[in-house]
Amino acid sequence: MHWSSWDAFWAMGGHAFFVWMSFGALFLAIAVELVLLRLRRNRALGSIEEERELEAEN
Amino acid sequence: MNWFYFSSPSTFYGLAGRLAPWFFALAAVTAAWGLYLGLLVAPTDAQQGEVYRVIFIHVPTAWMSMFLYFVMACYCALTLIFNTRLSAMMARAIAPTGALFTALALWTGSFWGKPTWGTYWVWDARLTSELVLLFLYFGFIALSNAFEDPRRGDRAAALLAIIGVVNLPIIYFSVQWWNTLHQGSSVSFKGTSMHVTMLTGMLVMSFSAWMYAAGAALVRVRSIILERERRAQWVRDLRGA
Repeated sequence: MHWSSWDAFWAMGGHAFFVWMSFGALFLAIAVELVLLRLRRNRALGSIEEERELEAEN
Repeated sequence: MNWFYFSSPSTFYGLAGRLAPWFFALAAVTAAWGLYLGLLVAPTDAQQGEVYRVIFIHVPTAWMSMFLYFVMACYCALTLIFNTRLSAMMARAIAPTGALFTALALWTGSFWGKPTWGTYWVWDARLTSELVLLFLYFGFIALSNAFEDPRRGDRAAALLAIIGVVNLPIIYFSVQWWNTLHQGSSVSFKGTSMHVTMLTGMLVMSFSAWMYAAGAALVRVRSIILERERRAQWVRDLRGA
C-alpha cells in the first residue's frame, strides 16, 4: 500500500480534481453505455413482440 | 469444421449471448486488479507526482480507441469483399464503444495535460489526429444510418472506415514524426522505461478495457441482429429472446 491514509489517497498530492475528473468520467461513461445497451435490447425485443402480435391478428 | 457456421447472424446471436457475460466478468475482475495496482500500490512518479495516475486509464482507452478502429475496419473489409451481413453488423456494434474510448482518451488526456503542460488542449499532432479519429467514428455511425436500405449504409460506411485507417499510423507515430507537446511512448515494441508496478497496472487495465469492449460489442450486435432480422422466422421462433 502506497498511501499513509485515505485522506492522502483522495487528495492525490493536490491533484485530486484532475485525477478524479478523469476516473469519474470513465466510470460514468461505462455506466451510461451499459444502460444504453440494456435499453436498446429492450427496444429490439419490444419490436419483435409487436411483429408477433401483428402476425397473430392477420 | 465449417468456418462460415458462425458467420450467420442466427447462429452468432446465440454464441454472442453465451460469450458476453464471460467477457464482462473478465473485464470486472481485471479492472479491480488494475485499479488496485494503479491507485493503491503504484509509487508516486518522480517527475509528475500523483497526477500521473491518469495514465492507468488514459493509455488503455487511447490504445483501445485505435485497436477498435482497426478491428472495425477489418470487419468493413470483410463486408466489402464477401458481402457478409454479420461483419457489417459487427462493425456497427464496435463503433459506439470505439467512439466512447476515443472521447475518454481525449478527456483524460486533457485533465492530465492541464497540470503537467499548463493547458487542457493544444493543436499538436497527437491530439489533433486523435480528435480526427473521434470524427471518423462519428462519420461512420452517421453514414451507416444515412440510407433507407441498411445494406447500402453498410457499404458506404465500410468504405469510409477503410479510408480512415490511414489515420492510425499518423496517431501512433505522431510523437516521433513531429515535435509535439505530447510525451513519447513509455512502452514500445523495444521495451519500456516504466516502473514494473506501473507497467503491470497499465497492461492489466488495457486488458480489462479490451474485454469490456468485446462484451459491449457482443451485446450490441445481438440487438442489431434482432433489429435487422426481426421479420425472419428464426427471430419469431425465439422464445423469451
